[in-house]
Amino acid sequence: MYAWIWRHLPGPWPVRTLVSLVLVAGVVLLLFTAVFPWAESSLPFLQVTVDQ
Amino acid sequence: MIRTAVRGTGELLITAGLVVLLFVAYQLVWTNYEAHKATDSVASDLRDSWDRPNPSGAGPAAARGPKKVDFGKGFAFLHIPRLGKNWTIPVVEGVDLPDLAKGVGHYPKTAQPGAIGNFAVAGHRATNGEPFAYLDKVRKGDLVVAETEDSWFTYVVDRTKIVSPTSVWVLDPVPGHPGATPSEPLLTLTTCNPRWASYERLIVFGHLTETRSKAEGPPDALVRTGGKA
Repeated sequence: MYAWIWRHLPGPWPVRTLVSLVLVAGVVLLLFTAVFPWAESSLPFLQVTVDQ
Repeated sequence: MIRTAVRGTGELLITAGLVVLLFVAYQLVWTNYEAHKATDSVASDLRDSWDRPNPSGAGPAAARGPKKVDFGKGFAFLHIPRLGKNWTIPVVEGVDLPDLAKGVGHYPKTAQPGAIGNFAVAGHRATNGEPFAYLDKVRKGDLVVAETEDSWFTYVVDRTKIVSPTSVWVLDPVPGHPGATPSEPLLTLTTCNPRWASYERLIVFGHLTETRSKAEGPPDALVRTGGKA
């Protein structure tokens, strides 16, 4: 998978490294701002209210 | 072919592991960082709004208790000396996750601080600022001070109790007496129990013992422990 991505990135290796880092940063940002906030709503220790 | 499949699966599993680790870091570090930032901003907004002269011209003590605020907006502070010398946290309206990420949350249908009835507040015990992380240290006789724009309301803790998550009776105007007409201002704090689980709730009950206006200065409970106005 990663080898496949690497092969399909354009340019020489320094450019590919830079692009990969940007991609990783983008994925982490997406996780922190969208995926994790959604996932945490089901965490047990965030349920602090009494409810039916 | 098989080699490619095995390698692909391996990479996916390693990625999944890294994502889980990232999620743990997000919960333990990032949510606390974000919550502290949000709490500080709610707290300073609230102090600023209190310091600003009242545009209606009426004195700050004109209203009986704080006026209704929007969900997620701060309207009071809670001080619990048992949890720390200068332990203070803004109280925001509402108990949904976005509200609780900014401080502790006031159950919308319960009484206002100092009013007859039950002033009920929920707070996180783990991550997201975890204001009530050590709520289990609170004992009978401890003081909990609610600070509003014009008053200090000092509640004394009567008892703590561990209940099931469906025990909505703790929010009743008189907890444990459904349908009873309240005759005095009460306090209920709720959080999860045990700290990293949710199959129970830790409840702190109290009743109002002293009311002071802002002009009279903070109650002894805060002065003695070094709390400032």
